[in-house]
Amino acid sequence: MNIHGILAIYKFEMARTRRTLLQSIVAPVITTSLYFIVFGAAIGSRIQQVDGVSYGAFIVPGLIMLNLLTHSISNASFAIYFPKFVGTVYEMLSAPISTLEVVLGYVGAAATKSIILGMIILVTASFFTDLRIAHPIIMLLFVLLTAVSFSLLGFILGIWADNFEKLSVVPMLVVTPLVFLGGSFYSTDMLPPLWQSVSLFNPVLYLVSGLRWSFYEISEVNVAVSLVCIVGFMFACLGVVIYMFKTGYKLRS
Amino acid sequence: MEAVANPILTVSQLGKTYAGGFQALKDINLQIEKGEILALLGPNGAGKTTLISTICGIVRPSTGSVTVAGYDIIKDFRKTRSIIGLVPQELTTDSFESVWSTVSFSRGLFGKAPNPEHIEKVLKALSLWDKKDNMIRTLSGGMKRRVLIAKALSHEPTVLFLDEPTAGVDVSLRKDMWSIVSDLKAEGVTIILTTHYIEEAEEIADRVGVINNGELILIEDKNSLMRKLGKKQLILDLSQPLETLPAGLEGYELELSEDGEKLTYTFDNQGEHTGITSLLDDLKGSGIRFRDLNTTQSSLEEIFVSLVQES
Repeated sequence: MNIHGILAIYKFEMARTRRTLLQSIVAPVITTSLYFIVFGAAIGSRIQQVDGVSYGAFIVPGLIMLNLLTHSISNASFAIYFPKFVGTVYEMLSAPISTLEVVLGYVGAAATKSIILGMIILVTASFFTDLRIAHPIIMLLFVLLTAVSFSLLGFILGIWADNFEKLSVVPMLVVTPLVFLGGSFYSTDMLPPLWQSVSLFNPVLYLVSGLRWSFYEISEVNVAVSLVCIVGFMFACLGVVIYMFKTGYKLRS
Repeated sequence: MEAVANPILTVSQLGKTYAGGFQALKDINLQIEKGEILALLGPNGAGKTTLISTICGIVRPSTGSVTVAGYDIIKDFRKTRSIIGLVPQELTTDSFESVWSTVSFSRGLFGKAPNPEHIEKVLKALSLWDKKDNMIRTLSGGMKRRVLIAKALSHEPTVLFLDEPTAGVDVSLRKDMWSIVSDLKAEGVTIILTTHYIEEAEEIADRVGVINNGELILIEDKNSLMRKLGKKQLILDLSQPLETLPAGLEGYELELSEDGEKLTYTFDNQGEHTGITSLLDDLKGSGIRFRDLNTTQSSLEEIFVSLVQES
């Protein structure tokens, strides 16, 4: 196994984050704070509790999930798209490194950055609301699986995209709406019965629900179903990445 | 295929047809001797970069096989790629990285443990040491080209591909590059370079290959190629202009200039008889006198142009 190759990619990507600390860390912290001011203080003051949890605390798992999903995708997609765009991808393609090793390097770095961000948001949230985490190990497991899975999805998007518009279209037009409609800021019990049923087709609902269960032991769907869904999604994405490398899809002519 | 004594790289019946149906490589057979410098010449779109990219693993071959140091480039890709270094044609660099970090990254990517002494040696050899902390975007084009060479040498390859290494660089830097290539050869590195500059091949290559329309139309020792295909010409400045050539000189390959003052005789300097002595005798017999004479030999460029036109 090319351990040095994996580490080289991983360190390279982490170094890129250090150069863009404002964009990578500070901006999400400010955005999260704004969410708490708007949803937690302004709107939350009119919603006393949801399923026995204060509204401010209720939205924390949703906020973490929103950031995990969007940043995992953008970190990983940009990481592989940019070398394609500027042409430096030739080096990776001519290096003695396997698909799995490339994925470990890029996806590992993208997931690490998202997890760090998730933890920063958790700490930021603790300044605005009282938090309790009933199952910290399950919480970390959800965060890890989500970060890895959506980093894999981002990696797929980065390989597929051949312009910057395509790179942003899925996160903006698919992922963000799914997160907002996936119970991040409300319980689906608040919806009319028809929309409650429609929500069950939203995969993000299962992620938010699972993460929220690890905090407050309240969930829209069974936590085991949530875990199975995210693990299944992770392997599906891994399968697509392996297929892309095997066939050389948009990488090797 | 011309067999070599100690091949480091063997290309057998290699073909590449792109998805659109364009046949970039047609049945290429080639062996490269360990430690030699091979220059691949060819017009734009001839297939030079496709050939290099296929050997390095960037392009998938459609047919045929390639072995490097006895290892197949697909089955044993880890072994072949770890001994190959590639300097691409385009100046593709990570603009926001420092020289040191980008070269160190390349070494790691190719599976080698960090070795600051080696990176230092490479950067010093390429006159990049004082720029090691500079961001790549602040460097000149020539310096960026050196960074690409440093990246390719970071993992101590024994086979180095240079795809148009001196494209767009000034004469002084081009000569520096030739010197770097000579030093690498002295260290035992096998070098395959593509170039548009015939003088580059003439200056540094041991053998020359010519690719046109995806076919390797020739591969030969540079000096013997020039001897074999190089025509020599004897040019005579006549004392008195001629209107036409005298009948007795029809048997020679002679050309009279428009003003009638120069007579050019083309001959094969590898032939048993050049015909110069008898020509001079016949000129004397025809009463033609000359003030001066000189000879010229065709350059590799002229040989290349004629080969491409013939193919």
